[in-house]
Amino acid sequence: MTTSGGPTENPFLEIKDLAVAFPTEDGLVRAVEGVSLSIERGRTLAIVGESGSGKSVTAQAIMGLIDRKSAKMTGEIWLDGQELVGMPADELQALRGGKVAMIFQDPMSSLHPFYRVGSQITEAINAHRKMGAKAARAIALDMLRRVGIPAADRRIDDYPHQLSGGMRQRVMIAMALINAPELLIADEPTTALDVTVQAQILELIASLQGEFGITVIMITHDLGIVADVADEVAVMYGGRIVEVAPTGVLYAQPEMPYTLGLLSSIPRMDRELSERLEPIPGNPPSPISLPPGCVFQPRCTYSDRVAAGACLNVRPELLETSAGHLVRCHLPAEERRQISRDVLNVLAGGS
Amino acid sequence: MTTEAGEILRVSDLRTYFPVRSHGLIPHVVGQVKAVDGVSFTVGSAETLGLVGESGSGKTTVARSVLMLVRPTGGEIVIDGQEITHLSSKALMPMRRKAQMIFQDPYNALNPRHTVGGIIGAPYRIQGIQPPGGVRTAVQALMERVGLNPEHYNRYPNEFSGGQRQRIGIARAIALRPKLIVCDEPVSALDVSIQAQIINLLRDLQHEFGLSYLFVAHDLAVVRQISHRVAVMYLGHLMEMAPRNTIYAAPLHPYTHSLLSAVPIPDPVLQKGRSRIMLEGDLPSPINPPSGCVFRTRCFQAQERCSVEVPPLVELEPGHYVACHFPVATLPAGVGIARDVLETEPGVSASGLQPAGGQVSSAQLDSLPADDRPDSTPLRPQERVRRSR
Ligand SMILES: Nc1ncnc2c1ncn2[C@@H]1O[C@H](COP(=O)(O)OP(=O)(O)O)[C@@H](O)[C@H]1O
Ligand SMILES: Nc1ncnc2c1ncn2[C@@H]1O[C@H](COP(=O)(O)OP(=O)(O)O)[C@@H](O)[C@H]1O
Ligand code: SF4
Ligand SMILES: [Mg+2]
Ligand SMILES: [Mg+2]
Repeated sequence: MTTSGGPTENPFLEIKDLAVAFPTEDGLVRAVEGVSLSIERGRTLAIVGESGSGKSVTAQAIMGLIDRKSAKMTGEIWLDGQELVGMPADELQALRGGKVAMIFQDPMSSLHPFYRVGSQITEAINAHRKMGAKAARAIALDMLRRVGIPAADRRIDDYPHQLSGGMRQRVMIAMALINAPELLIADEPTTALDVTVQAQILELIASLQGEFGITVIMITHDLGIVADVADEVAVMYGGRIVEVAPTGVLYAQPEMPYTLGLLSSIPRMDRELSERLEPIPGNPPSPISLPPGCVFQPRCTYSDRVAAGACLNVRPELLETSAGHLVRCHLPAEERRQISRDVLNVLAGGS
Repeated sequence: MTTEAGEILRVSDLRTYFPVRSHGLIPHVVGQVKAVDGVSFTVGSAETLGLVGESGSGKTTVARSVLMLVRPTGGEIVIDGQEITHLSSKALMPMRRKAQMIFQDPYNALNPRHTVGGIIGAPYRIQGIQPPGGVRTAVQALMERVGLNPEHYNRYPNEFSGGQRQRIGIARAIALRPKLIVCDEPVSALDVSIQAQIINLLRDLQHEFGLSYLFVAHDLAVVRQISHRVAVMYLGHLMEMAPRNTIYAAPLHPYTHSLLSAVPIPDPVLQKGRSRIMLEGDLPSPINPPSGCVFRTRCFQAQERCSVEVPPLVELEPGHYVACHFPVATLPAGVGIARDVLETEPGVSASGLQPAGGQVSSAQLDSLPADDRPDSTPLRPQERVRRSR
């Protein structure tokens, strides 16, 4: 993955310098600033970060779900050669649920409580192609089976409230996939589920991706899920991408101090226990009053190593440190790598 | 029954059922939710017992029952030597000095109309205790101790972040220097960097005050970090209970194996080479639990016997309790987590507990009395053990 230059052929999805801000009574909420990303067809990109870092707003921007009357949005989003930011609302509408689809943490944000799940799916079919009721129902039933709904021929006439959380999640996935999308954005799709059901859903998404060649953006705060599903990872903090890397590189050679902080904060089952975790001190910044320099500076334990107080005053840029690996940090690359080796060594049980 | 020396909580055969009412004009009881159905465990002094399980397994009901926030249907609860299930609300007051609770949701657990000082100081007023130096001094010392700015004494909960609100809840819980704190998902709603701060705080307070925790959570990695022993719950029953390292490195119950294998590990090399045991479907209804072993409808080990006979919770090796007719020591290669890493862990020092060590050998199983001996049948054909991809 690259954000600039790059291969001659255009990536399937390319975001350039996206910014989304919401004017509110308390001030301007800078939810997303300077986000640039690209994904090749058929790959899985994970966007990881804590709550409020701008993950969902980025997803909503790609889906054309940002209300242009109340929010300020700039930048470019190119999907398979089409620019989405300036696209008229009716064309965006046609893309949504067709070429691009989205699933959410809460399935009831896609499902209507008063309609049977089958009729909601057939309605989604009819929004994009015309066919008879019988044929549509047959396609809906087939999809419900594919996402692993047991006794789908009976469940198709259930109302959402008659289904368990895991089953509702599957129905939402069936609905998202019904028009064979090329891009699926999954925004924390398993956060509300138990690990056992989460395993089922992740497995389902992976197998459907294999079957249909879908490109997936997986939004999560769980570094375990990222390790499980992602080809590439973008780490978000304070409305910006602070590190991008192929998944293996992000875990083996993370360079941004925030990424290191995340990896040190999580208790994990695959390592020797350490008596204490090493949390990132303090709290995330408010998007209304972001720090003027590096947005992570107030919590960064390494910023005093950078000359002339640059971290306090100058916004670092997202720069390539090795092929496909970009980092937004003022620390010299050699110093970052040394810090990274030291931190990972401690995490691995060394000292 | 009383608690043994060094034991702060003893729960015996706890049952908490909720009535299910019809929705008709004259509502009447049509059934029972057996939220907790015969659960027994102890928590030692300065020990943390982790309680894990899927949502709906009855963890919160255990937590609330232990503190009599919901009246148990049956069983005994002994806190610091005193049986409490027969006590009136008034007679429970002295118990509340010894045992406190921390809740999951720092947003709902605090009264928004009270100042932080009022919230943290409430236990003194309720118990009619005048701390040395006065309530304000004591509360500000508590605020300092849990990492809050004592100058924020007069602020309201909505002025604090999620992590800070959880600190408020913790300060209130430790105000009366209790011996036991029941924590119900205390870090589940927090972001990982804040979660780590709170876990460290709870650990430090335990060392400082000799606190015991009953720590309820669904995140297995969090529970491993904080617990000395772990109990695994499913549909109102304990499935397995053992020292921490045994649960994570050498579990025997098929449900524990399934849970552990489902947790994605933050290491792409390990994780992408792992397999999961897929549990089919969801938790059955606790109104109509399966006959025999409640886990049998989702279990890869289940056989005929599991549907007719309830497996008792049996001590298969010292301190390691398992409720299963067909426990499994070894999973097929690639399933589960990297055991070699876990087995080299040092013992747990805080409570003097030692891990029970390796897996149950056939010799150990043979030495069990015949009635307690689980049938050691090899794992069934692997149709339900799937590769990740
Ligand atoms: N419609 C909106 N109006 C005002 N602020 C918003 C709106 N949507 C999101 N935000 C704010 O933008 C920031 C980023 O939000 P979001 O993308 O939802 O974060 P994440 O998904 O990473 O948790 C947050 O501070 C959030 O409160
Ligand atoms: N007050 C109540 N009335 C009726 N049913 C309840 C009540 N509280 C809990 N339950 C039921 O008891 C079971 C266990 O719930 P709970 O203890 O909250 O589980 P957990 O905390 O493990 O998710 C669930 O089926 C739940 O619906
Ligand atoms: S008793 Fe049977 S059904 Fe229950 S966990 Fe053991 S093998 Fe599975
Ligand atoms: Mg979000
Ligand atoms: Mg609960």
